[in-house]
Amino acid sequence: MSERMIIPFGPQHPVLPEPIHLSLVLENEKVVDVLPSIGFVHRGLEKLVEKKDFLEYTFVAERICGICSYMHGMGYCQAIENIMNIEIPGRASFLRVIGAEFSRIHSHLLWLGLCADAFGFESLFMHTWKLREQILDLMEEMTGGRVIFSSVKIGGVKKDVDDSLLSKINDVLLELEPQVKEISSVFLESITVRHRLEGVGVLTQDEAVSLGAVGPMLRASGINQDMRKLGYAAYAELDFEPIIDTEGDSMARCRVRIKEIFQSMDLIRQAVAKLPQGPIAAPFKGNPDGEYFSRLEQPRGEVIYYVKGNGTKFLDRMRVRTPTFANLPALIKVLKGCDLADVPILILTIDPCISCTER
Amino acid sequence: MSFFKKSPWLIHYDGSSCNGCDIEVLACLTPVYDIERFGIINTGNPKHADIFLITGAVNEQNKEVILNIYSQMPDPKVVIAVGACASSGGICAEGYNILGGVDKLIPVDVYVPGCAARPEAIIDGVVKGLEVLENKYRNKNKKK
Repeated sequence: MSERMIIPFGPQHPVLPEPIHLSLVLENEKVVDVLPSIGFVHRGLEKLVEKKDFLEYTFVAERICGICSYMHGMGYCQAIENIMNIEIPGRASFLRVIGAEFSRIHSHLLWLGLCADAFGFESLFMHTWKLREQILDLMEEMTGGRVIFSSVKIGGVKKDVDDSLLSKINDVLLELEPQVKEISSVFLESITVRHRLEGVGVLTQDEAVSLGAVGPMLRASGINQDMRKLGYAAYAELDFEPIIDTEGDSMARCRVRIKEIFQSMDLIRQAVAKLPQGPIAAPFKGNPDGEYFSRLEQPRGEVIYYVKGNGTKFLDRMRVRTPTFANLPALIKVLKGCDLADVPILILTIDPCISCTER
Repeated sequence: MSFFKKSPWLIHYDGSSCNGCDIEVLACLTPVYDIERFGIINTGNPKHADIFLITGAVNEQNKEVILNIYSQMPDPKVVIAVGACASSGGICAEGYNILGGVDKLIPVDVYVPGCAARPEAIIDGVVKGLEVLENKYRNKNKKK
């Protein structure tokens, strides 16, 4: 039995594009304890509500995170709309679903690529990111931005989608689906990938519930919970079932995300088919007065927006509970007892978004 | 831009960026943009790097880390600030713990605009950075 030693992981580490620091307490090659320290990306965005008015703050909310920026804007706008009793037009809520589901596909493809990079499968990483570019091109045509869209606004969306673009969306999805199937077969069947993912970092159903995990992390452990089922935006009119898995290991989390890519493609097709005609934004006046909790399903899990207005154009309080923050206790649980070599892949399986967590 | 004899390697550090610029930096490495055709490799080790690519503004917590990486890089080196936040603080400049752009802490050679900076702009910035690097090499050799 050797002595315990501490290995620092991060904040600048090749496997993670983002800074997080973990002190890994090791006994030989086994991790026995993990001490996270965060704050490298803290920008004080929640406190910025005192300096930017509630209309301007939509742009700040989108910049909480660059990967799920569409849904951050959406969550904030939903909260304000509920406080001010603004009924958004049907076309706008369907366009929001299309934007949000495209963000989910791009985020999950990004995660699959980074995951392949973490276990050293460089060509798979490159291939996955090549497919992701097609989604980004389409998003750019729809909204005008590649990663930060500024497309959602209070009362609706900024830019309409014409019929030629709608048929292009269908064409691109038709082209993309077999390509994603091809790479997903590598993830699910390749012996190299399965060796690295199967049975690694098992989170049981009870642990997932008691540690408060959210999103794919929770669903991979067999809990049926998806905030889209609440029916915000136009999700109530679309037909889908949350994707769950029972194994709870890294492979199950990978499987859930891959299936969600295909589910999102299906949701986009449904939304395009049902897209109603009409205006894309509702007019409103006045300032928000009151408070509201807005809940959304982001690619990483459930996000909660709390907004409190006081009748002036500056909000009293804006609070975000982000999915990565909720998944950190579960991460620490799966890290304890793992091999040092598995640490990068385990950190990636929660799909960490540090800039969301620290804001 | 003239021909540069060495293949410069770069190191990327996320200051306090929202991930937008980070994933665009990563997109530069992947097939559609492929920065490796200029001989540029993203390395994780500051001692191997010639170019320091920073995204996001400087805050109280990460300034030590940025200084640490910068001081470990061998001379001559080039610093590129990618995106609005790294250049001036951007949208979070008024945040209570934000010091401002990267130039508040270390000298910056090239600024890449945009929120988020587009991959084309980042590649353009890096190619400009190569020119600066070459000049620094030349000046260093003259001094000898």
